[in-house]
Amino acid sequence: MPVESVFPRLEALLPQVRKPVQYVGGELNAQVKDWDSAAVHWALMYPDAYEVGLPNQGLMILYEVLNEQPDVLAERTYSIWPDLEALMREHGVPQFTVDGHRPVAAFDVLGVSFATELGYTNFLVALDLAGIPRRAADRTDEHPIVVAGGHAAFNPEPIAEFIDAAVLGDGEQAVLAITDLVRAHKAEGRAAVLNAIAASGVAYVPSRYEVEYLPDGRIRRVVPVTPDVPHRVAKHTVMDLDEWPYPKQPLVPLAESVHERMSVEIFRGCTRGCRFCQAGMITRPVRERSITGIGEMVERGLQATGYEEVGLLSLSSADHSEIAEVAKGLADRYEGSQTSLSLPSTRVDAFNIDLANELARGGRRSGLTFAPEGGSQRLRQVINKMVSEEDLIRTVSTAYANGWSQVKLYFMVGLPTETDEDVLQIARMAKEVVRTGREVSGRRDIRCTVSIGGFVPKPHTPFQWAAQLSAEDTDRRLRLLKDAIGRDKSIGFRYHDGKPGVVEGLLSRGDRRVGAVIEEVVRHGGRFDGWSEHFSYDRWMAAAEAVGVDVDWYTTRERDVTEVLPWDHLDSGLDKEWLWDDWQDALAETEVDDCRWNPCYDCGVCPTMGTDIQVGPTGKSLLPLSVAATAPV
Amino acid sequence: MARSAPDLTGRPTEIAQRLRIRYAKRGRLRFTSHRDIARAFERALRRAAVPMAYSSGFTAHPRVSWVGAAPTGVASEAEYLEIALAEVRDPEQVRKSLDTALPPGLDVLDCVPAEGASLAERIDAGAWQIRLDGVGQAEAERVVAAFLAAPTAPIEKLTKGGKRTVDVRAAVASMAVEDLENTDKNVSSGGADHVCAILTLVVQQTTPAVRPDDVMAAFRMVAGLEPPVPPEVTRLGQGRLAEDGSIFDPLAPVQESARPVG
Repeated sequence: MPVESVFPRLEALLPQVRKPVQYVGGELNAQVKDWDSAAVHWALMYPDAYEVGLPNQGLMILYEVLNEQPDVLAERTYSIWPDLEALMREHGVPQFTVDGHRPVAAFDVLGVSFATELGYTNFLVALDLAGIPRRAADRTDEHPIVVAGGHAAFNPEPIAEFIDAAVLGDGEQAVLAITDLVRAHKAEGRAAVLNAIAASGVAYVPSRYEVEYLPDGRIRRVVPVTPDVPHRVAKHTVMDLDEWPYPKQPLVPLAESVHERMSVEIFRGCTRGCRFCQAGMITRPVRERSITGIGEMVERGLQATGYEEVGLLSLSSADHSEIAEVAKGLADRYEGSQTSLSLPSTRVDAFNIDLANELARGGRRSGLTFAPEGGSQRLRQVINKMVSEEDLIRTVSTAYANGWSQVKLYFMVGLPTETDEDVLQIARMAKEVVRTGREVSGRRDIRCTVSIGGFVPKPHTPFQWAAQLSAEDTDRRLRLLKDAIGRDKSIGFRYHDGKPGVVEGLLSRGDRRVGAVIEEVVRHGGRFDGWSEHFSYDRWMAAAEAVGVDVDWYTTRERDVTEVLPWDHLDSGLDKEWLWDDWQDALAETEVDDCRWNPCYDCGVCPTMGTDIQVGPTGKSLLPLSVAATAPV
Repeated sequence: MARSAPDLTGRPTEIAQRLRIRYAKRGRLRFTSHRDIARAFERALRRAAVPMAYSSGFTAHPRVSWVGAAPTGVASEAEYLEIALAEVRDPEQVRKSLDTALPPGLDVLDCVPAEGASLAERIDAGAWQIRLDGVGQAEAERVVAAFLAAPTAPIEKLTKGGKRTVDVRAAVASMAVEDLENTDKNVSSGGADHVCAILTLVVQQTTPAVRPDDVMAAFRMVAGLEPPVPPEVTRLGQGRLAEDGSIFDPLAPVQESARPVG
């Protein structure tokens, strides 16, 4: 059955909307396959604006992995801004893919990547625009199988009724396994496909599990509805990143996007053990890409894209066992070619200044970013961010002495056990940083920017039991801090108020009953909740009240050891007892060392998932590229 | 983290050659903005390994200069830029490799060595085509006649400097309705009852510039035209306006012997 492009109908609407280029596709390295040549059709969605979604590495990787299969077609779709959405509703144009402009409803599978829970409203809007029933139970064989992925999929319970399945962990192999099941069973209808997915354990199929509640509202248990599905669904872990050098042909948009650079993931996972960090907990163990694998990806990607900046991505990039060799090797290779390097996530230690100097060889030294996260030593012990104030001061001294004039410091407010005094330490630290900077550099134009995020407790972390700080208390502490910083012109202060964090908290640790709130918010026009100009706290609170959901119960309530958590049947590999012990260690201000360099502390991931830490050094180095590699005109 | 400036001295690269390029912006790529196109060209120049000359400073940029880009949403057969190279290259080879490196719809049509007067000096007018779907031939002729008969057609437009009034009529050197019945152009893709009119016009450069949407605003004002769907506009040519109303090709080596375009 031919599937027609909606572009002719869309085209007439585009002159009337902002930034129409984001809807036309045609990116470099995009592909449009023949519909009828494919046995399985995937629509991949990033539920945010194109400029945010396009550079997303996860979606780009899956797009390429799927399209490499001869009988699989994958196209991309992003959230539509309200201006075009209104016109599409008026003219009956459905949610479309930007590659072939095909209607999303025509695909076999709709895969949605949730980097954050704030994409849930956009997801529902996209289902509506696509003409796909919101509730999985209302879908028929004519509708796509809707699969959620991304970090938020580690607790998909708030959207359990809106998705057909959720993949936990790395997607590369999981999408291929799902493709095989769809190909084998699609002729039998969606129930057969979902039965096969559920029974295989490749993904969590919420409709095959029932949640029972206690009279007080807590969960009694979550049980499989049918005997052939696993009691717990496990995450996927890709081992040997060198075998998965994706994206090989990164997409380069015509439109401006949030990351104007080519990214190469240099390792996956992190075992630093920061207790607030969901990413670090659910992506274990650490798996490094080799120095030579990184070199090949950088070279191939630069040739395929023409980007002038390469970002070396990971959760803590300076932790790669051969990062110094990688940075030096790449800087040598591309010296004089107008190609720059960046390390988006780095930690506070003196070694990183050498690294930063290497990356900025002779160039501009504008700003360095560090994330102490907690203002006081005590609080940093609680969150297991093992950085002492002496480390930080020594590091920034080196930075200022080396010509850097601006340091940005990230902190969180609302961390467990936090007091006003802990937060006020942030101001003291910032002043100390500026004072030290002036002393070592002899300059007055030294600046330090303090950037504050509100802490949101996340599933599968030691803080999953913690009480979240209310929006009012968060705002009160932010005011105290602001007053403490005072009128000091050398210290910048950036923060968000506590309200969005409350909604994020509700969605992060919510259960199936929270789904009604999301629906109610969408009904009242909620979408693009990650954008402050669209986010409405009042709309969320009114919706929660309308459907009878107590937001405080989900956010500011501390859970005890016996409580069944909504995501307990989803297996990140972390042993719940270890998480609890680590939570108790946090309260006792006891730190835990990184298992890469210290004995295993039995978090449970490796034995449960059959995985191992994969780190170097390999002892290899990056050789200079031959002159022939960049053929002149 | 900071970017590295590869030229440690911060000195500009020596310029060995300047090339002038005409490219077209076609089909769905007409929705790209000028900023998008500038970025796409910079990346395409890198993919095509064109040996660009760079500006000085810590954020060195390849030397590319643009002249009056067509607005977002407007197609064009005649967009121009000039690039500076650090090494001499065969212009036709540069054209081919750049065209290959750019997405289909951004098509590099000509590439010639820069000589004589600057591009900006060689352009003072543009030829446009406005396709009006849902507007019949007779209606279009009425609108054009009313517009040409009007002594002035002042419209208000928002510019960076605030609200400005511009006389659209004064900027239009010529305007005509194409006779679709006596041409074999395929315009009736929308079925038997589909009507469509195509206007061609030559607009002189003014400050502020008169753009196609200003012309549409003037049509609304002088003749009450409210087309049912947004018009499809294409820039056909740019150059110096000749006495006979045609436009000289700005890439022609000598201005006087230039072949007319548009």
